[in-house]
Amino acid sequence: MGKDQFNVKIGLAEMLKGGVIMDVTNVEEAKIAESAGACAVMALERIPSDIRKDGGIARMSDPKMIEEIQKTVSIPVMAKCRIGHFAEAQVLEALEVDFIDESEVLTPADEHNHVWKHDFKVPFVCGCRNLGEALRRIAEGAALIRTKGEAGSGNIVEAVRHMRTVMNDIAKLKSMSKEQLVAEAKNMGAPLDLVMQVSKTGKLPVPNFAAGGIATPADAALMMQLGAETVFVGSGIFKSEDPEARGKAVVEATTNYKYASKVLEASRGLKSAMKGLDMSEIPEGERLQERGW
Amino acid sequence: MIKIGVLELQGNFESHHKILKKLGYDSVGVKNSNDLECLDGLVLPGGESTTMSLLIDSFNLRDSLLDFSKKKPILGTCAGLILMAKNIENESRVNPLGILDITVDRNAYGRQIMSKKEQINMKFNSKLVDFEVTLIRAPKIIEMGDEVQVLLDLDDSPIAIYNGMHMGLSFHPELNGVTLFHESLFRGSVNSNFQAPGNINAA
Repeated sequence: MGKDQFNVKIGLAEMLKGGVIMDVTNVEEAKIAESAGACAVMALERIPSDIRKDGGIARMSDPKMIEEIQKTVSIPVMAKCRIGHFAEAQVLEALEVDFIDESEVLTPADEHNHVWKHDFKVPFVCGCRNLGEALRRIAEGAALIRTKGEAGSGNIVEAVRHMRTVMNDIAKLKSMSKEQLVAEAKNMGAPLDLVMQVSKTGKLPVPNFAAGGIATPADAALMMQLGAETVFVGSGIFKSEDPEARGKAVVEATTNYKYASKVLEASRGLKSAMKGLDMSEIPEGERLQERGW
Repeated sequence: MIKIGVLELQGNFESHHKILKKLGYDSVGVKNSNDLECLDGLVLPGGESTTMSLLIDSFNLRDSLLDFSKKKPILGTCAGLILMAKNIENESRVNPLGILDITVDRNAYGRQIMSKKEQINMKFNSKLVDFEVTLIRAPKIIEMGDEVQVLLDLDDSPIAIYNGMHMGLSFHPELNGVTLFHESLFRGSVNSNFQAPGNINAA
């Protein structure tokens, strides 16, 4: 797959900037998300908070359910495959989804290898907790990076940690000399050419979105101010009391994230947000962000 | 100095700001009607037309955009073109502005997997120029009013049009650093730049 094709993939990610991508589990939710102003939807059978509750193995969704959503909405439709499960990714490509999320929310299929994403015509998004992880995924062909955060927690703390870490890592590279960059590439386990590129441009080579725990308009504004270019909202919309109103409010706050008066307007009078979990309620080893490397 | 706004509701505004700066223009983001004051032109960027259409109404921008379009040139790329259309085939979720007398078929070129780069060869200022553009889930222009002229065709479909004041593109020149469409429209020299409409082939 050539550089041209990679740039076309990044092109769609560019068009999703400044927006909100919402998790939906059926046609009705997809319609609500679209009319609330989502710039894309992520079609999956169970949203992360339910996956967490139900336990068991979480796999790629039923293609029929994804297809129905594709027929219903005109905005891009994304779907998730398990980490390293390239056959699921091939099925999603055959289905012509617009983006594949190789996601830690599903149970990993390969503990050592992620999908070699350059082999696909469909663009991929992958999660990260720091710059090294982001650059490893980009080297494999991810056209879009998002923070992992802690999916299904309704708790923004991990997404903040991951976004701040990525931004600090980038700032650090900017001030390093070439010989320091070689050492740093080794430390962070990332390809030197990408490390050099980030040091020079001061940003990721692909768009940088936020995900994992966003539940309110102010959460979205926070992530955008920390450097996210778009936000994914998983359980936060459809686990709240009034999904359509909350969805619309998060969209408006994302557009106007710099203007507190607009975020205020969007936040006012919303019914209850999802309950959420403190990180101490999620034992280590059960944290979704620890999946993948 | 020429001052051009870019509608910043959702989408890829950054690449348009880059093109405008490259041309030496002052470029500013537009989020509400006050931002439209003192502008010489406006860009409606690529992104999702459903989202932008909803936000145009949430933020009460519709009337100001229509007033602006009566006085100043507007350039729409991809989703921006959809928003400028008069009609959208089989689509009720987007409420377009009707600035260009055209009908578009949204995503007619297919899903993301069909998105592509195209090599363009065309005459500009009587000289042959070639450059690349990117089509991403691109809209197709399927009907046009009499005053709309075609600036560029691809596979027998118009992909760049002009109505004497506004320009619509179904592709993204901004993703490939192509400045000539922005320059031509905002300098007001479209007719002299593109003397021979249709005299164009895509390789």
